[in-house]
Amino acid sequence: MTQDDLTIADPKMRAQGVNVFYGEKQAINDVSIDVGTDLVTAFIGPSGCGKSTFLRSLNRMNDTVASARVTGTILLDGEDIYAPSMDVVQLRARVGMVFQKPNPFPKSIYDNVAYGPRIHGLAPSKADLDMIVERALVRAGLWEEVKDRLSESGTALSGGQQQRLCIARAIAVDPEVILMDEPCSALDPIATAKIEELIHELRGKYAIVIVTHNMQQAARVSQRTAFFHLGTLVEYGKTTDIFTNPKQERTKDYITGRYG
Amino acid sequence: MALTNDHTVKAFDEDLNRLRGLISEMGGRAEQALLQAMAALKQGDLDLAAQVVRDDRKIDALEAEVEQLAVQTIALRAPMADDLREMIAALKIVSVVERIGDYAKNIAKRVALMDQTRSIEAIPLLMSMSSNVAELVHDALDSFAARDAELAVRVTVRDKNVDDFYNSIFRTLVTFMMENPKYISESAHLLFVAKNLERMGDHATNIAEMVYYVVTGEHMEERERGEQPEDGAAEQEQG
Repeated sequence: MTQDDLTIADPKMRAQGVNVFYGEKQAINDVSIDVGTDLVTAFIGPSGCGKSTFLRSLNRMNDTVASARVTGTILLDGEDIYAPSMDVVQLRARVGMVFQKPNPFPKSIYDNVAYGPRIHGLAPSKADLDMIVERALVRAGLWEEVKDRLSESGTALSGGQQQRLCIARAIAVDPEVILMDEPCSALDPIATAKIEELIHELRGKYAIVIVTHNMQQAARVSQRTAFFHLGTLVEYGKTTDIFTNPKQERTKDYITGRYG
Repeated sequence: MALTNDHTVKAFDEDLNRLRGLISEMGGRAEQALLQAMAALKQGDLDLAAQVVRDDRKIDALEAEVEQLAVQTIALRAPMADDLREMIAALKIVSVVERIGDYAKNIAKRVALMDQTRSIEAIPLLMSMSSNVAELVHDALDSFAARDAELAVRVTVRDKNVDDFYNSIFRTLVTFMMENPKYISESAHLLFVAKNLERMGDHATNIAEMVYYVVTGEHMEERERGEQPEDGAAEQEQG
């Protein structure tokens, strides 16, 4: 029951003293956290607490917001992702992202998955590409359901299938980290369970960070949980400790439903 | 420790309060059963003894009600952190309180078997021991109601007195039996009564340990246990 060793040996990503500003407003205040490949990390917290903002700073998605400014250090394998020499397109291939609403391209299932490998030049031949697409769809747990209709439009799939297609698309470029921002909030419980099972399967292959409003989901899929509130990281710990015996009053109030 | 009457979902507070009310009632009844059983024993009051036996059914019914409510709350409210710990503790505490009720019932049942004489000198000692135990049970349940970890710790410490009482009564009764062989049967019954009281004290300690866990999230450190009771069967259970 004690929070003994929280150190992550050989962290894949390491954030140190990270601040994020939108114009004058500070959205994230001095957050430091390590993310490893063997452990799924969940970010929880009330709306507006900064968890999505912080997640998006991990692959520089905030670059697309003109007023956003990030200070502090975020390292991927020891390399500063905000360094001028960092190729943002490459970075986002290495740190993939899955969004709240499934957003397949209006293309065939095959092309959705093949898109990334094509633009990154990962497949020298059609046979290579076929193999990459199949492997990504298998890993995303979608292959059996779509293997006979790869030329159909990705948007014709069900919501849960679309989300797994988006995960397959993220996996296809062989990322090192997958960021998931509320990946199940638009899905029904069965589709949600499939995604959660998928997260379990993918653990160890990729460093996974998931933002979720659903605390039961955080409890089910993660081994480490970080609680954010008002832009600060209030508590970070083993998921079992956070949900049975949180150390901070604010964490307790939030997870027991006494917040606000 | 914040009192838990401030959940966003008010119905959750109502469930928790009802659960606590039921456990308090159950504890009160178990304590009452103990005191009545000992009074019946002292006075040879068979009617009172029979009433203790009958009333035990209400304790059993309360246990079932708490179990049902706790399971329902876990399923419907998905409690977390201290709320979750409280559910788990509630389930364990009621099964312990039910055992305390059973021991009281067991004492009451012996009243009819020992109506010959109450001149055995261990009786006053047993009465003192039983008020000690009743206080422990009372305080253990108070510590649950008040989320009072310090009171819970004190209960576990005070259980040693009860063990001392037991050892002393054991010696007294053994000596008495050697000197008065015709009262061996009665004395043996009183030994069981003392043993039941000793077990009740242990159960009060169990409740206190669970309260400590609910409040702090930590398990109480292995307390300094007193000497084991001298019959060498401290953990023996009897129905």
